[in-house]
Amino acid sequence: MTWAEMQPLLLTATRETLSMVGTATLVALLAGLPAGVLLVLTDRGGLLQNRPVNRVLGAVVNVGRSLPFIVLMLALTQFTKWVVGTSLGWQAASVPLAVGAVPFFARLVETAVREVDGGLVEAVQAMGGSTWTAVRKVLVPEALPSLVAGLTTTVIAVVGYSAMAGAVGGGGLGNLAYTYGYMRFETDFMTVIVVELVLLVALVQALGDLAARALAHRGRGSGPVRLLRRRPAAVRTARAPHAVRTAPRGGTPDPGPAGPSEDGGAVPEPAASH
Amino acid sequence: MITTADLRKTYRVRGRDVTALDGVDLHVQEGEVYGVVGTSGAGKSTLVRCVNMLERPTSGTVTVDGLELTALAGRGPRAGRGLRAARRSIGMVFQHFNLLSSRTVRDNVELPLEIMGLDRTERRRRAGDLLDLVGLADKAGAYPAQLSGGQKQRVGIARALAGDPKVLLSDEATSALDPETTRSILELLRDLNRRLGLTVLLITHEMDVITSVCDSAALMRGGRITESGRLADLLATPGSELARAVLPLGDLPAGRPDATVLDITFPGETAARPFVSQLARTHHVDLSILGAAVETVGGRQIGRMRIELPGRHDENAVPIGYLREQGLLVDVVTDRTEDAA
Ligand SMILES: Nc1ncnc2c1ncn2[C@@H]1O[C@H](COP(=O)(O)OP(=O)(O)OP(=O)(O)O)[C@@H](O)[C@H]1O
Ligand SMILES: [Mg+2]
Repeated sequence: MTWAEMQPLLLTATRETLSMVGTATLVALLAGLPAGVLLVLTDRGGLLQNRPVNRVLGAVVNVGRSLPFIVLMLALTQFTKWVVGTSLGWQAASVPLAVGAVPFFARLVETAVREVDGGLVEAVQAMGGSTWTAVRKVLVPEALPSLVAGLTTTVIAVVGYSAMAGAVGGGGLGNLAYTYGYMRFETDFMTVIVVELVLLVALVQALGDLAARALAHRGRGSGPVRLLRRRPAAVRTARAPHAVRTAPRGGTPDPGPAGPSEDGGAVPEPAASH
Repeated sequence: MITTADLRKTYRVRGRDVTALDGVDLHVQEGEVYGVVGTSGAGKSTLVRCVNMLERPTSGTVTVDGLELTALAGRGPRAGRGLRAARRSIGMVFQHFNLLSSRTVRDNVELPLEIMGLDRTERRRRAGDLLDLVGLADKAGAYPAQLSGGQKQRVGIARALAGDPKVLLSDEATSALDPETTRSILELLRDLNRRLGLTVLLITHEMDVITSVCDSAALMRGGRITESGRLADLLATPGSELARAVLPLGDLPAGRPDATVLDITFPGETAARPFVSQLARTHHVDLSILGAAVETVGGRQIGRMRIELPGRHDENAVPIGYLREQGLLVDVVTDRTEDAA
């Protein structure tokens, strides 16, 4: 295949991949953020301590995270048809991607929010703030750098899942790799697709790190961050933060485009970090 | 200003009850600095946390500025609207400052004002005033991580004062600071207390904090207040543990038999008088000095001295009488011959 032949195919496939990743990420953000916060709030000693809610929510998240994506996708076929009216194309792939991304992100949110110092919540309570105030003014803003890192991890995982979805009729780059690269032995095309996926993931990671860095105000968690290791730590300007935390622990794990392990083994486990 | 009546708090830890407060009656007058000391685990933190209901007491009442907070219950751990409103007039400073790292100093001070629903310009103005008050106007744009411990605590104090509270609670606010910084923070608290008429309830484990800023003090032990009152009165109370802690004379030495040991407390005016040499001269007593301590409490000097007189208690009635005539507080610590009997 010539580059001229590949180009339009790549363009369409990229647009499809970005569409399904975007949709799934948006849903993950809208549903996973509240779910993750709620997991912390309803836990023992939480502001809204509630055993049953915590148990049920935790179970749902665990099931969602432990199902292999391919199984989730097949199991949701009817649901997908019901939501978007088809079981093919990027729109159809978006549904299981979103369903898979929500619990994935929710756990990362939970970990991030749990790391916020309980003393800060107490301070807000002492000022006469409500639970909602504590969430809005303390939990989310203080966890923001970690939340951004979690979102980065989620997007990268979704890119990986989307390739898998593509292989079974979901469109996008995965579909392209399957139909051309695998079925028709177009090795060059396959190489191009792989390179594009790698670049896409690297770009997401770089943007995520950048955003997390911009958000983490100085001094907070001087954990090891690859990007920043070589910077002199003594620079003290009013606006430029130099110490960042990209993930709850260490750098952001990078599941890569080949699809992450189904239970998100690359992701830091919550709670174990005290 | 702050009154607790028969305050009890029991925690349930793995099926066992832990009593943190065991009937505490606290009376803090308006405009005073009240210190609570006690060993670790005595229940001091639990007590302050009960005052603004961060911790809900198991029984008993808490009244702050005439409002009974224990009556303003919320459901479970959650605070109802009334309690949240009441908390806005009770400031609190924390040992570990509890500043939001994602906000600048100014924005940290503005947080309680946001909760109170003030508009932006008003918040800016108030925050500016408060930072002036604690001497940090030039740090408004800095982030907490760029401040020293003392500066962080000043921000904590400014934030606590944002709601114009009548009462300030402080749980070990200086425990994470070095002695120098501790002094400056205590001076700030004292100053705010005088200038704003602020009532301060502070928890500490350092006697120095009590002597340098407190008008009144309480000693806690095992969930109870074992001694309390105005500091000057406590120091003049024979056998007071707080007095002993403020003016330590050490353990009683295993002395000779046939000797009487006296602890003499002398208030400011008498500190300068040579009563020891007078006693020796006029009564021909060969006394030995076992220990002495002098402290400045509330701007006045007060001291204690432990002396030993030869002879049993009844043989020393005259010298003891003489000392008491001088306006000194005399506490006969041992009368060894009687002890032996
Ligand atoms: N949340 C809690 N759950 C269970 N037990 C608690 C809790 N908080 C305090 N306690 C117990 O209550 C008692 C009093 O604790 P508190 O923190 O009030 O002591 P403290 O006088 O402030 O001690 P320190 O000087 O070490 O701060 C202790 O025995 C402690 O173990
Ligand atoms: Mg304590």
